[in-house]
Amino acid sequence: MGEKKSLRKELTKGFIAENPVLRLVLGTCPTLAVSTSVTNAIGMGISATIVLICSNMVISALRKVIPSKVRIPAYVVVIASFVTIVQMLVEAFVPAIDKALGVFLPLIVVNCIILGRAEAFASKNPVIVCAVDGLGMGIGFTMTLSVMAAIRELLGAGTLFSNLQGLLAVLGDNTLGGFNGFNIAEKLGMTPMTIFILAPGGFFVFGILMACANKIAERKGKPKAELKGCSSCPMAASCSLLISGESKESKEEVGVR
Amino acid sequence: MKIYISILLTAILTENFVLSKFLGICPFLGVSKKLNTAVGMSTAVIFVMALSTAVTYPINKYILKTDYAYLQTIVFILVIAALVQLVEITLKKFIPALYNALGIYLPLITTNCAVLGVVLLNITKELNFAQSMFNAVGGGLGFMVAMVMFSGVRERLESCDIPKSLQGLPIVLIAASLVSVSFLGFTGLVDGMFG
Repeated sequence: MGEKKSLRKELTKGFIAENPVLRLVLGTCPTLAVSTSVTNAIGMGISATIVLICSNMVISALRKVIPSKVRIPAYVVVIASFVTIVQMLVEAFVPAIDKALGVFLPLIVVNCIILGRAEAFASKNPVIVCAVDGLGMGIGFTMTLSVMAAIRELLGAGTLFSNLQGLLAVLGDNTLGGFNGFNIAEKLGMTPMTIFILAPGGFFVFGILMACANKIAERKGKPKAELKGCSSCPMAASCSLLISGESKESKEEVGVR
Repeated sequence: MKIYISILLTAILTENFVLSKFLGICPFLGVSKKLNTAVGMSTAVIFVMALSTAVTYPINKYILKTDYAYLQTIVFILVIAALVQLVEITLKKFIPALYNALGIYLPLITTNCAVLGVVLLNITKELNFAQSMFNAVGGGLGFMVAMVMFSGVRERLESCDIPKSLQGLPIVLIAASLVSVSFLGFTGLVDGMFG
């Protein structure tokens, strides 16, 4: 019973309490880049989740075999292999999503969420717990991405779930009765604010969401989300900063990659 | 010649890596607090981007070709990581002055998405070697322009009276959004110049 409960805790902590994007501030690049439409966001979220679960499990299974000095390169190889697999699957089954995500699909390799979880969690915990942690973090990532994408798509393009058939292509033609998104702006006869799907809108919506998350965290008496120093950086171990003994201040400055 | 200038200007202004392609956001937000760290980090980024493009281009063209194109991601990230380590060790041993200036930023760049991003984009865009190099250097310069500009904005932000829940990262992101708006102004510039 106790074990079951802790597994559930591992799963749900990634949703809100330790949400990778809004609380841990990891994976900002893909968050900003692919949140132009809900469909892309879900596609990206699922791809990253699969990589996260698989790499977490493999790294956890190998945690006693990998020498600690070469662990970062070893993790990168494991993650890159899974990214390649996912990339090929996406290309084969949902080509529309592959096209929409473009270079950000292979860039899952350098997504801080995945390397960060490998270093902070998978290298210390048993396989099952790591799989659950990966799933939880992945769902948290997908949720945040989808919420942000929904806001940007609605305001910027006036649609929701546009091109959903591209994502559903994997289930065959005309799933969900050929539902291909709402076109809200057209129905209301309004012109969408294009700037929200352009780059500035991405930064703006992310800033506002972060402010909301901080407000909620504050109410619960938790600290603000911050780009943390070296402690949370996955590169900390191999980082020459710690070895060369730079001044503490500049360490904090460079603490984030 | 025209095409090189056009690639360079596109990479710096119209398709700025940070502000319009969202590559390398982490260092952009994390290391832009002070001007000198911003300059140091971006110099290291320019250096690593140019170097990794120079190394991965022949690998892709002569070893991976089209048969093993699916290995791109895994090969490139390993090559970049090894390269950065090698550069770091070499600099430490032979040019300690340069190492002191850039060394601390190098390991952070290994897993920076801007570096892997530029390498992959060069291949997607089917650029030749010289064009890839220009794109890489331009991307790096664009990163530097964004970082330097933004570090100026952030120094001002420090002394501002900001609503409580916006303090910290949220206001930084909103400031980034405004800087990004200014770069939207360059849209069409390169096409207008080179038609």
